[in-house]
Amino acid sequence: MSRPDSRTALARVRGLGTARSGVQHWWVQRLTAIALLPLSIWWVAGMIALTGAEHNEAAAWVARPLNATLSIITLAMVFHHGQLGLQVVIEDYVHHEGAKIALLIMVKLLAGVLALAGALAVLRLMLGAVA
Amino acid sequence: MSSEPARASGRPRPLSPHLQVYRWQLTSTLSILHRATGVALAVGAVLWVWWLLALAAGPNAFAVVNSFWGSVLGRILLFGWTFSFFYHFANGIRHLWWDTGYGLDLPSVYRSGWMVIAFSAVATLLAWVLGYVVRGA
Repeated sequence: MSRPDSRTALARVRGLGTARSGVQHWWVQRLTAIALLPLSIWWVAGMIALTGAEHNEAAAWVARPLNATLSIITLAMVFHHGQLGLQVVIEDYVHHEGAKIALLIMVKLLAGVLALAGALAVLRLMLGAVA
Repeated sequence: MSSEPARASGRPRPLSPHLQVYRWQLTSTLSILHRATGVALAVGAVLWVWWLLALAAGPNAFAVVNSFWGSVLGRILLFGWTFSFFYHFANGIRHLWWDTGYGLDLPSVYRSGWMVIAFSAVATLLAWVLGYVVRGA
């Protein structure tokens, strides 16, 4: 026996629920998680290989086209996944509406700025601008 | 909550039982640990960008970063992040597996929980042994 559904036909088709975001947050969190499975293992292996490395060795590693490309993709995935996770933590624990919104804005902007800054540093290394 | 409006009777609204009334369980501990390691990794990601920016700025800036990571405090933090990474990685796979609808019965949840703990402990130690081997070579 199905439960009575008080939603309009249009609301049912849109399927977004009361938060008006549907499963978007959940789904993108999973997509970035799956992308990070191979990327993070590649990155950790790279960092272990660079243990105690001096500047020239580390810079040469990041400058390699494959490493540079994967680094930029990983930065994007890490910060996107990270801000989605932090969003839920903030929404769960910060009950003051103003503080919550301020923190959410800060985390989301900071994630974008840091990912971009990291990507630009990688590009600079790849294009050989660092002596 | 303090902002809860009092009812006409003056008594506060009843609250559902809170965290402290439940005895310790592996499942809730691992769940909280997933969140805690996620937050730790987000902080770690900031320091990854610091590392990249220093690398792009040149040898002098990089030497500062490198000496920090080589210090006792730096190594303790790195060790914590290594564990956080492997834990969040393995428990993340556990979550993705649950998302498919499998492994949600109690014996499976406990089995996969212990597997995640064993994996993160072994992988963390292995990563550090490898790191010291690389450094020694």
